[in-house]
Parts: sequence; structure tokens; C-alpha cells
Amino acid sequence: MIWETVMGLEVHAELSTDSKIFCGCSAAFGSEPNTLVCPVCAGLPGVLPRLNENVVEYAVRLGLILDCDITRHCKFDRKNYFYPDLPKAYQTSQLYAPICRNGKLEIETENGKKTIGIREIHMEEDAGKLIHDPLNGNTAMDFNRCGVPLLEIVTNPDFSDAEEVNAYLERLREILLYSGICDCKMQEGSMRADINLSVRERGGELGTRTEMKNLNSFKAITRAIEFEQKRQIEILENGGEVIQETRRWDDNKRQSYGMRSKENAQDYRYFPEPDLLPISISDSMLKQIQEELPELAHEKRARYQEVYGITEREAKLITTHKNISSLFEDLAEKSVLAREAANLVLGEIMRLLNTHDILPENLNVNSNKLSYLINILSQGKINRNSYKEAIQEVFLNDINPEEYIEQKGLLIVNDETAVLSAVNKILENNAQAVSDYKNGKEKAFGFLMGQVMRELRGAGEAEMVRLMLEMRLTVI
Amino acid sequence: MTALELSMALKSKEMSVTEAVLACVERIREADSELNSFINVCADSALEQAARVQKRIDGGEALSPLAGVPVALKDNISTRGVETTCASKMLGGYVPVYNATVVDRLEAAGMVIVGKLNMDEFAMGGSSETSYFGAVKNPLDKSRVAGGSSGGSAAAVAAGLVPLALGSDTGGSIRQPCSFCGVTGIKPTYGAVSRYGLIAYASSLDQIGTLGNHADDCAALLSVISGKAHEDGTCILPKPFEFENNNAENLSGVKIGLPRNYFEKGIDVGVKTAVLEAAKRFEKAGACIEEFEMPFMDYAVEAYYIIACAEASSNLSRYDGIKYGYRSEKAETLSEVYRMSRSEGFGLEVKRRIMLGSFVLSSGYYDAYYKKALQTRALIKCAYDELFQKYDMLLSPVAPTTAYKIGENINDPLKMYMGDIYTVSVNLAGLPAVSLPCGRAENNMPVGFQLIGEAFSENKLIHAARGYEQLNC
Repeated sequence: MIWETVMGLEVHAELSTDSKIFCGCSAAFGSEPNTLVCPVCAGLPGVLPRLNENVVEYAVRLGLILDCDITRHCKFDRKNYFYPDLPKAYQTSQLYAPICRNGKLEIETENGKKTIGIREIHMEEDAGKLIHDPLNGNTAMDFNRCGVPLLEIVTNPDFSDAEEVNAYLERLREILLYSGICDCKMQEGSMRADINLSVRERGGELGTRTEMKNLNSFKAITRAIEFEQKRQIEILENGGEVIQETRRWDDNKRQSYGMRSKENAQDYRYFPEPDLLPISISDSMLKQIQEELPELAHEKRARYQEVYGITEREAKLITTHKNISSLFEDLAEKSVLAREAANLVLGEIMRLLNTHDILPENLNVNSNKLSYLINILSQGKINRNSYKEAIQEVFLNDINPEEYIEQKGLLIVNDETAVLSAVNKILENNAQAVSDYKNGKEKAFGFLMGQVMRELRGAGEAEMVRLMLEMRLTVI
Repeated sequence: MTALELSMALKSKEMSVTEAVLACVERIREADSELNSFINVCADSALEQAARVQKRIDGGEALSPLAGVPVALKDNISTRGVETTCASKMLGGYVPVYNATVVDRLEAAGMVIVGKLNMDEFAMGGSSETSYFGAVKNPLDKSRVAGGSSGGSAAAVAAGLVPLALGSDTGGSIRQPCSFCGVTGIKPTYGAVSRYGLIAYASSLDQIGTLGNHADDCAALLSVISGKAHEDGTCILPKPFEFENNNAENLSGVKIGLPRNYFEKGIDVGVKTAVLEAAKRFEKAGACIEEFEMPFMDYAVEAYYIIACAEASSNLSRYDGIKYGYRSEKAETLSEVYRMSRSEGFGLEVKRRIMLGSFVLSSGYYDAYYKKALQTRALIKCAYDELFQKYDMLLSPVAPTTAYKIGENINDPLKMYMGDIYTVSVNLAGLPAVSLPCGRAENNMPVGFQLIGEAFSENKLIHAARGYEQLNC
């Protein structure tokens, strides 16, 4: 029997807004537990939500990029369930009238192009975090994440293999990053994907699906899909039935576990959120968001090739992350040579990121300092080795390149007096080599040349040193 | 003396604010052990606030017309540092870390909060008998209920313990106790007063309002608390109400609709007579009274209970024994913490409404109940809109009966719910209403009627209410 897999995706993206969705608390990640909490996000009795308008703007922005219909009058609903990380015991979300519907996103895999349908995008709030202490068996609560705004992007069941899922996630990640909507740090949970998967006989009726959660990396997603396909096919081939359930992926053990089945499925008792007025999206707001849509990765790639004359492959590498392309644009803008900027980003910067195991999202380097170095390199004031050395120091230690080059004497010495005095000194101290040279030993020239360069701490302009040395040797 | 007169006396130094507050606390101490209208008397913080207000008066600061006046709050309004229980075991020991918008406004206006008032548990009930702290007694006959859910507010005002009180009205919870205790109250338009800090029962219906012995006092207090607040997006009244204080009201030409079918069945004769008498007085004063048939009368109570309970089931889910309030000591596992804390912490009526609300929202029942109730609500709203094309306001009874005996109806929830028949549609439509006393029934208990207006027509209603009061003088 030939089996085929049918998958749909639900991606949760935490928004990069300054504040939370329903209160003024900071939405930042990584603060001390329970320091970014107020009565509203802690769900104390009597509090009311106050909608952060930026969240609506972000949602519309994404909707426009993904070709969605924007719901001009949308509203929030409550999703009710008990869990200690949810202090109100309901999540304010959107069920009946999500803000965006009927979008699409084109992906490309080895099998060619394919359009994935976006069923809806809705706005909601994140829950808090439970921290289990295995030593004493206690569980502590951190409410910092409560009320951090989320967009949930739900696709149609349009995927048939892991490659397509990954291509979609890559594209979506690129869009979220480049539109400034989400920083897409999967390890911090700011972008999370749940996969609905079922298998069926080729061309047959849709099978029963399971929902897979806790997928923290692209690799985990591929492994989880492969595991679940196999699991379901084995069940069916042995005459069994797939149970509709939510499963949790354990990437260390490389397998998934059933969390809850349909029989114990929660009834979320959704109903319209009475504490928030319906949202109206005006023509002018829509127009403004449309006009201010940021340049996306594929648009950047085209522009880089056209404006900066770099290759398609290079443009692709530069746009693997927004931080890298931003750095490139900055450097290309500030530097005499865009080509040199591309070389720097693709060469030294990539190498330093790799060597020091730094993720592009954590790239933090002063582009003014780098462009200063590019410019003095192209003016011939330093040689390439000194340039690389200084780049590394800027990257790792944020040194002041001008001072550094001064202190280390890396500026190319093309001052005739200085070169001449170095040549004279070396000739005086190396009588043996001089006489070897006079006796026809060509190798001795190289030795003397090296000595002079060392005297000039490597910063002598090579051509001038050679000329001076030749000249002095002929007259000795 | 009215509350407005009291404030003037304080400003002209006939009396100090501290003296006024002490007198008030003294009255509460004397009378309330019997009435049970207060859950918590905050004498110390009241005296501190009194001293601060006195300073402001002495410093010549221009203060609100109610500066220095003692006021008490229904115990579902959050007060920073003062236990706020909603008359529930569930919130025993819960001390808010923030003030409700209305509390900040009272303090800014120089009013002095003397305590927190008893009520039905989580504002669910019409007799203040569901309180964990015991029933509130009607000051006019202590064997009878004070009404509810703002029973403590009405009883405290009726007994003269405080000149003014705040209550909340979700389905009649200000107006009905006013009727039972013979005092005046305003249920403002939904969206006129910030709900921030009001511990929610049914969010789309709840509204904080005022209770007092005079329409002017209630109106002045409403001016203090009303108007837009950043914390509540559903509060849309741009500026606080301003009520002119002109002396003689003219009722002539006011068009008042009288819902004929409200008087046909299920209403006590004494109530019917007194309310129709009030209508006649308006007519005599020149108002134009016209009877009409109120549509959807038979559906209002059902729609109300479905919507209110649905919202309540969600609003009250946060009381899970985890973060604050009551937690069962017997609970071991997480699900036991939820189940046992909620079973032990909530009273019977609250549990009844949570279960009803959870049921109507469950998958498979949503369309049959909740959605239908929302449709009914929309129809009721439209019906009112049409009525206000014809009438300036409507005049109706508040409750079909006068205050009944404590214990008389508590085991008959359906009978209790039918007691809300004249009030709930006003909340469903989000309209303002003023409840005024209109004499007594044959059992010597007070009767009230309500004037209902279109959204944000509080000014019109206050003028009519004041005009009616003047007829009685």
C-alpha cells in the first residue's frame, strides 16, 4: 500500500512589541521571574485588559505580506481552561472572527514550487511558565510571559513531507524577522510550531490526525514528522486505528508521547470577550500599514545583486538572517567599496560567528568601526593581515580601531626616511647576509627583506621596502 | 441633611470632617451588629483620610461638592490595602494591591471611605442572603431581606449609617434593594463608569452605580465616579456627567411610556398600586403618560441568566486556590486543589450559576442557549431603541414584590430569578435607570419604581427624578 502524509501547521510567533498585549508591562525575555508583572497580567480580581494597538498593526502587517483578507471588524474571544500558568483561567484569543484569513505563501523545494494556504492568523496572549524543581517536587510560577502578544498562523493541510514543512518555516521565519514582527528565537520559544499530521492511502479519505507539540528546532521538526508518519503507518498496517490526540515530542529520546486524547479533550467553552470592544481597522490604517511594509528578504536579494553587484549565492547567504543583512547594508552604505563590505560579511564575520559559536540573532558589532577599517584598507593604509586582526578585535572586544592601529603600529609605513633607516640598520647588523647576497646568493635578499619588514613591525609597504633594499645593496 | 448639604457644612467649618466621620462610624457600631450591612468598617483609614481632607479644606482648596462626605462601598470594589471579599469564603483574606478607578476618584474628590458593604456572594442573588457573612437585614423590618445583591449598600443608606454608598448593578442589583429599602439609586449606562477594580460577575452587564436618600446626592456621586478611564476600554463616556442643580424642575411635556404588560400578572397588588400612583403624579405634573406593550418580556430573564452565568463561569475560574484566597487544606494533587478549593470556597448559588454558565457554553449547547440568548439580547436592544423614538423615558416597577421574609425564597431559585423580570432587560440593553421610592404597600414595606432612559440620558433621568421628589415635598 502506498501511504501519503497530510500535514497542517500552527505557528505561534511572539511579537517584538515593547509592551504586553493587554497592559503596559515589558514583553522582554529573560528577566528575573515575576519582575515584569502587574495586576492586569497577573489576572487579579477586578482587572481589565487594555489592547496594545501595536499588536493589531503587527497582525495586519503579516496578513498583508501573506496575502490575507483582513477582517475589518474583528473581536477577541475567551478560551477557558484551568492551568496554573494561566492566572485568569482563560486565554484571550480569537476564534469567531480572527484578524486575517485566506492567505497564501509560496515555498520552493527540490520538487519545485508550491503554494501553502494560510487559513487564518489570530492574535492572542501567551501564558506564564511553570518551573518544576525535581529536587523537592515543588513547582514555581513565573508570570513574566503572561500577556506577551502572540500571533498564531494556521495553514491549510497542504504539506506532504518534512521538506515542505521546513521550507515553509524558513520562509515564514524570514518574513517574521524581516518585517520586524518576531525575533524567531526557537530556543527561547519566541517561534513555536505545532504540527497536525495524518496519513492516508494515496488519494483516499483523510485519516485521523494527531497534533504534535514541543518542537524546538527545525531538526526536531523533521525527526518528529518522520517518527509520527512511521508510527501512524505501522498502526494502520497492523489493522489498528490512529487515536486523535495531542502528542509531545521528546527530541532527546527521539519519540513522542500522547498527552491527551479526544475523549479527554478540553472543551474550551469559547465565547466573545466582553471586556474588549470590537476592533475596527480603518481604510487609512490599512493604507498606512501597506505603505510602510518593510523590505523582505527576497526583495533585498534582488536589490543587492542590482545595486551592489554581488552574486545571487552571496545575496542568499547575506539574507540568511536579518542581523547579517542589516550589517551588510550598513557597511555597504558607509564604505567606499560595497564589494569589500560583502567580502567582510561573508568572510571574516561568518568565520567569527562560527568559530565563537555565536547565533546570528545575537550578532552585535559596531558597523561604524568596521566600515572605518574597510575604508582604510581600500585606501591602502593597512595591509590585509592587520585589517583582519583589527576586525577580529572589533568583533570580540569592541576596541577602538583607530587607537588600536596606532598603538600596534599597523599603519603601513610608506615614509621613505623611516624605511631607509630601517634598511640601513638591518644592513649594518647583517654583514654576513649582505656579503652572501653580493656573492650571488639570491635567497639572502629574501632574508634581509624579512628582517626589514620585522623592523617595521610588518607595516612597511612591501614595494617600497624592496626598492629601497635593492638600491642600498647596489651601492654598498 | 443631604450629603451635598453635609459637604457644605464641612466646608463652612460648622463641623470638622473628623467629627462627621466619627459620627458615622459611631452610628455603624451602634446599629450594624443587628443589620449586618457592613463586612468591614475601616475606621482608622477613614480617620486618616478625614484629616487629609480637612487639611485640603483648611488650605482653601476648591473641592468637589461631596468633599468630606463619608461613603461606603459594596465589597466587590477593590480597595488597596483593605480586604475585599465579594462576601465569599473564596476571597477571605484577599487584600487588593490596587484601587478600583472609582476608589481613586472618590479619594481625589475628598470623600471618605468608611467601610465595605455586605452583598450577595459575588453579586449573585437578589436578597443578600447568599453572603458568606450572613444575610443583610432590612432596616424597616429586620425579619425581612434588604434585597440584593447590593443589599448592604441600600440597608446602610436606609438606616442612615452612611449618606451615600456605591453598589453594582448587573441585573437589578442596585435598583431592587433600593426598592426594598426605600432609597434612591442610579444604575448608569453601561460604559459610563469604569469597571476597573470591580470584581467581575458578568462583564458585559456589570456597572457601578450610586445609592443615597436623594436624587441630587446620587447624581453628585455619579459625577465624581463617571467618565473615561484609561484602565477600562469599555468605559466610553468622554467626560464625567455634569448635573445642573436648578431648583424647580418642570415635568410638563415629558413623554413617559408605561409598559402595560408589566402590570398584568405576577405583580403584588401593593406594588402595582404604588407604581401606578407614581405614574399618575407624573401625569398630574404635566408629563404625558402613554401605555405600551413591552416586547420580549417573557425572554428577558432567561436571556439574562444565560449570558450572566456564562460570563460568570469564566470570570470566576481564576479563583482556583493557587494564587490567593481560599485553598482547601485537604487537597493533594493539582486537580484536587481546583476541585476541593472551589467546592468548599464557593457558596451554593455561585456554584449553581458557574455550572449553568459552563453548560450553556459547552460545545453542542452553545448555539442552542448562549447564541440564542445573544440574539434575544440584540432584539431587546432594538425594541428599546424604537421605544425611545417615542418616549423620553419609561416608567416601570423595579420588583414584583416588596421585601420578603429572610429565608422565604432562598430555596426557590426560579422564583428568585423571576423577581428580576423588570430590571434585567435594562442591563441587557446597557441602559441607565433611576430607582425611586414611591410609598409603601399594605405590609408597610417600601415600593420603588424605575425611570429608564436611552443610553447616556442620565441627565434627563435625574431631572425627572428630582422633579418627582419635589412633588412629594
